[in-house]
Amino acid sequence: MKNKVSRSAVIKRIFASLKPYRFSLVLSVIFGIVGVSLTPAIPVLVGRAVDLMVGAGAVDRDGIGPILWAIAGAAALSAVFQWLMTVVNNRITYNVTRDLRRAAFRTLQAVPVSYFDSRAHGGLVSRVITDVDAVSDGLLLGASHLFTGVVTVAATLVFMIRLNPVIAAAVAVLTPISLFVSRFVASRTYGYFKEQAEVREEQGAFTEEIISSQKVVKAFGREEDVRRKFRDINERYEKKTVRAVFFSSLVNPSTRLVNSIVYASVALIGALFAVSGAITVGVLSSFLAYASQYTKPFNEISGVISEFQGALACAERVFEVIDAERETPSDEGRELPAVKGAVELDNVNFSYFKDRPVLRDINLSVPPGSHVAVVGPTGCGKTTLINLLMRYYEPDSGKITLDGEDTSAVRRVDVRRSFGMVLQDTWIREATVRDNIALGKPDATDEEIAEAAKAVRAHSFIMKLPHGYDTVLSEDGGALSAGQRQLISVARVMLTAPPMLILDEATSSIDTRTELEISKSFEDLMAGKTAFIVAHRLSTVKDADVILVMRGGEIVERGTHRELLEAGGFYRELYDSLLRGVSDGQG
Amino acid sequence: MKLFRFTKGYRKETVLSPVFKLAEAILELLIPLIVAKIIDYAIPAGDTGYIVKMICLMAALGAVGFVFAVLGQYFAAKSSAGFGTRMRKEVFDKIESLSYSDLDRATAPTLINRLNSDSAQAQSGLNIVLRLVLRSPFIVVGAVVMAFTIDVRSALIFTVTVAALLLASAAVVLAGVPAFRRSQNALDRVTGVTRENMTGVRVVRAFVREKEEIKTYDEATAKHSRLQKIAGNISGALNPATYVIINTALILILRSGAVRIDAGAMTQGQVIALYNYMTQMLVELLKLAGLIVMLSRSWACAGRVSAFLNEKTDSKTEVPPCSPSVPCGGDVPRVRFDNVSAGYGEGSEPALSSVSFSAYPGQTVGVIGSTGSGKSTLVDLIPRFYDVRSGAVLVDGVDVRETDAASLRGRCGVAPQKAVLFKGTLRDNLLFGNPDATDEELTEAMRLACVDDLLETHGGLDAPVAQYGRNFSGGQRQRLTVARALVRRPEILILDDSSSALDYATDAKLRRNIASLDYDPTVFIVSQRTGSVKDADLIIVLEDGEVAGIGRHDELLASCPVYREIHDAVSGGEVSG
Repeated sequence: MKNKVSRSAVIKRIFASLKPYRFSLVLSVIFGIVGVSLTPAIPVLVGRAVDLMVGAGAVDRDGIGPILWAIAGAAALSAVFQWLMTVVNNRITYNVTRDLRRAAFRTLQAVPVSYFDSRAHGGLVSRVITDVDAVSDGLLLGASHLFTGVVTVAATLVFMIRLNPVIAAAVAVLTPISLFVSRFVASRTYGYFKEQAEVREEQGAFTEEIISSQKVVKAFGREEDVRRKFRDINERYEKKTVRAVFFSSLVNPSTRLVNSIVYASVALIGALFAVSGAITVGVLSSFLAYASQYTKPFNEISGVISEFQGALACAERVFEVIDAERETPSDEGRELPAVKGAVELDNVNFSYFKDRPVLRDINLSVPPGSHVAVVGPTGCGKTTLINLLMRYYEPDSGKITLDGEDTSAVRRVDVRRSFGMVLQDTWIREATVRDNIALGKPDATDEEIAEAAKAVRAHSFIMKLPHGYDTVLSEDGGALSAGQRQLISVARVMLTAPPMLILDEATSSIDTRTELEISKSFEDLMAGKTAFIVAHRLSTVKDADVILVMRGGEIVERGTHRELLEAGGFYRELYDSLLRGVSDGQG
Repeated sequence: MKLFRFTKGYRKETVLSPVFKLAEAILELLIPLIVAKIIDYAIPAGDTGYIVKMICLMAALGAVGFVFAVLGQYFAAKSSAGFGTRMRKEVFDKIESLSYSDLDRATAPTLINRLNSDSAQAQSGLNIVLRLVLRSPFIVVGAVVMAFTIDVRSALIFTVTVAALLLASAAVVLAGVPAFRRSQNALDRVTGVTRENMTGVRVVRAFVREKEEIKTYDEATAKHSRLQKIAGNISGALNPATYVIINTALILILRSGAVRIDAGAMTQGQVIALYNYMTQMLVELLKLAGLIVMLSRSWACAGRVSAFLNEKTDSKTEVPPCSPSVPCGGDVPRVRFDNVSAGYGEGSEPALSSVSFSAYPGQTVGVIGSTGSGKSTLVDLIPRFYDVRSGAVLVDGVDVRETDAASLRGRCGVAPQKAVLFKGTLRDNLLFGNPDATDEELTEAMRLACVDDLLETHGGLDAPVAQYGRNFSGGQRQRLTVARALVRRPEILILDDSSSALDYATDAKLRRNIASLDYDPTVFIVSQRTGSVKDADLIIVLEDGEVAGIGRHDELLASCPVYREIHDAVSGGEVSG
């Protein structure tokens, strides 16, 4: 029941998305009716012409001429209108496709960050791309096939009845049998296809995993073992495939069988009528033409209907994305005046899941320009703290203030603009180096961009790229090393010159020597700014004005490097293990 | 394309399927002749008995045709499924035989596509050819042939029509294919922007780029939509064009038919038969047009599979799971590098040059240097994942190129830089190292790798492991891959940056555990931090593929500036003793 409701809701939504194209829809319907209803006229005209050529010396050549012209006219008009209908339908379909994608994309720009954190990106992309395509192919083009199919059936029926109601009735009653036959076969096949799909999925998962880790398989010498497993799945897949493919391919022969029965019946009744003189031979030939073509629209209709089911499911998934709950618009709220950089956290609590607190009673007061380092073991809440500062997530309780302003009351965009952020996972987009650097300041001049790149020591390697700043980078950074990618992200922040900084493990994907080389860039970047530095390399943090040691969602120690060492707590422990690592050799 | 060899074992089916389809088509083509007989003889003569007889014949032809068709479909399914299965097997076998250098060249997504989607497309392509595509030429050629038996002049019209149809299809395909490609490229761009905005959501929001992103997306979707329409309008012209051509031919047939009948050279029934043939052709051609689009895709996919199978690859080197240890004299180094140089691909800069050292059982060798300095290359040469360019790598005094790669790798335990696990259970994953290990041995390996706490928190060895081990943190995965290597009790243990995600305390504990192993493995520790290698008996410092220093920790601190720099970067110069 619930299924039914949501399905009709989905259909309603589809109609709503067609609204801007009402005029085109009307055109499409007119073109379709004209184009399609002319086609059944041709067998009638041919029949008439045939009746004028009875035998040697009994041909009415003058009468045939106009009929041939009529055929030419009908065929030309029908072709033109059908093409026009296709053009209009393409317009509607591909515009709706575009509109759906845009609507989904707008939602994705407005949902909370948690939406992406809790979902597989591949699945979301496939909703926006593949599922939308399925909607346009299956529902919209499908609907146009359905419409032309129905018009063809109706128009043909009208023509047939006018020729001879009895034979028309025979065709009209017998032909839909092919529908039932193909339905029957399809319903039987569905199960086989499902079985086949299951094995295919199993095979896909297995091969993806093995091939991605092929080097491990080789290192451990397990090739024979995985080959055996693959052979086993592959053979099962073959069996299922033969069954599914064979049974599904019975549809065509079965409908052809029904078709030949219809054809034979029409031939029989028609010939008997012709003998009695009730119809002419020409009419018989028209009926035979109808009989051989009349199944086609029925098969198309049934094909479209079975595709509808799948397309509706896809549409539902698309609307789910479009309807995803948005957070309050990020430019809603009080405007935040220029920030000096005083940050305060007051009794902040946070959890991703209700029963598992991640941050507990965090209190923190950071004066402008000071550098705060956050250290602690994995999962201690370091990155969560960043999520809250950037308002990717909102605290469960407590408040965060910037220069005394409660951030939850000011515009999210202002909060974010006041921070420059460099993350561990660099994000390079498919665009030129210039566009990648100018991400936060699209109107930056070439000089400004080069200036920023020079400041972070990225200019020289950029100039070595094939096209300098115009080199198009691929999504995964392509030819750039991890360090170079990171420098591009640093240059981005350099260019926007925000009053505060967040560096979340910004150097941990870079080896220590490269880090040494770019640490100067970071120092320049941080000079005079409030900065939050998350790191597990203690070397990165020891110059900080205050180091927060986090453990299990709480700040367990705080102080300068020297103070914390003297205090002899958890920080000392962390540091000693490092020390053991480095200095034992020196005795 | 040599792919047809995959129908081997299904030759009979592959041939029989089109034979039956041909037989079905011939039966279908007989129908208009029967109708002509009825019209020309039975109706004027009023012979109803003859009519009934002919109709029964028609029905019988339909029934026999059905049986033929079913057989044809069955053989087509058999043949194409067999073809696909053999092709996939061969592709997978080929993938399994790829060397490390081959794997460096071919990315995993490419291989997966060849194996799964490309071969599936090729398989369904064969099925479509056998089942549907062959039928259309049969009917079209058959209709032309039948037309010749009826009337040569009309048959010439048929021939010209077929030529015109071929031209029209070619024109539409030639114009349509590039249009579709452009539209596909535009879609790739839309997909790219969609994905980027998911992976980069934090950056996009941090820079308050939402509005710009929407603008970019609107441009990309507008372009795609426009190109889609162009491509759709071009391909949408094929059916109306076909329709016009067929009807033109029909008009010509009726015109010449009128003249011929008038002259007594043809009968009314024969004109109707020609009309029926024309109609049959139309139906088949409309179907064929749709199939050709599908088929061209299958053809491209089959081409890719074929190219992959024909690609030249390196020597086959495969290994059994585990092999017994070979005793080794104390004076022969277990691993010796003799002036070794190595590189990836011909003509490239060497990734490693002139490396020489010896390591004995029970010794630990540290390998340190920046990213790209050749650390992984060095250790990958020991199990002969790659071959040296010059010099030699010797294990127990024997050049690795002269030993059986199988037994060589059986003696090595590797924890690779990229720590991945397989879907299954913890036990499955650890047994990957050595299928004969007992649960006690597995638990012990986990303890040594400092990851035995998972046994309690995740519910023992049967704890589920997600694909790639995603349900574990990076550090847990690293330690599990170390455990997996330890399960083999290897003579040579290679830890390729296996502790980068571990905190210092755990890293140190792990190294102490490994140092305590009673079977005296030679251990290679690759790292970016001096702390992980400072206890090593020998530390090799690499810089741009060259040895920048070799010795013990304190020696290197005194003599090797690169080492000192790395050391200082980590300790921040704070450590004074």
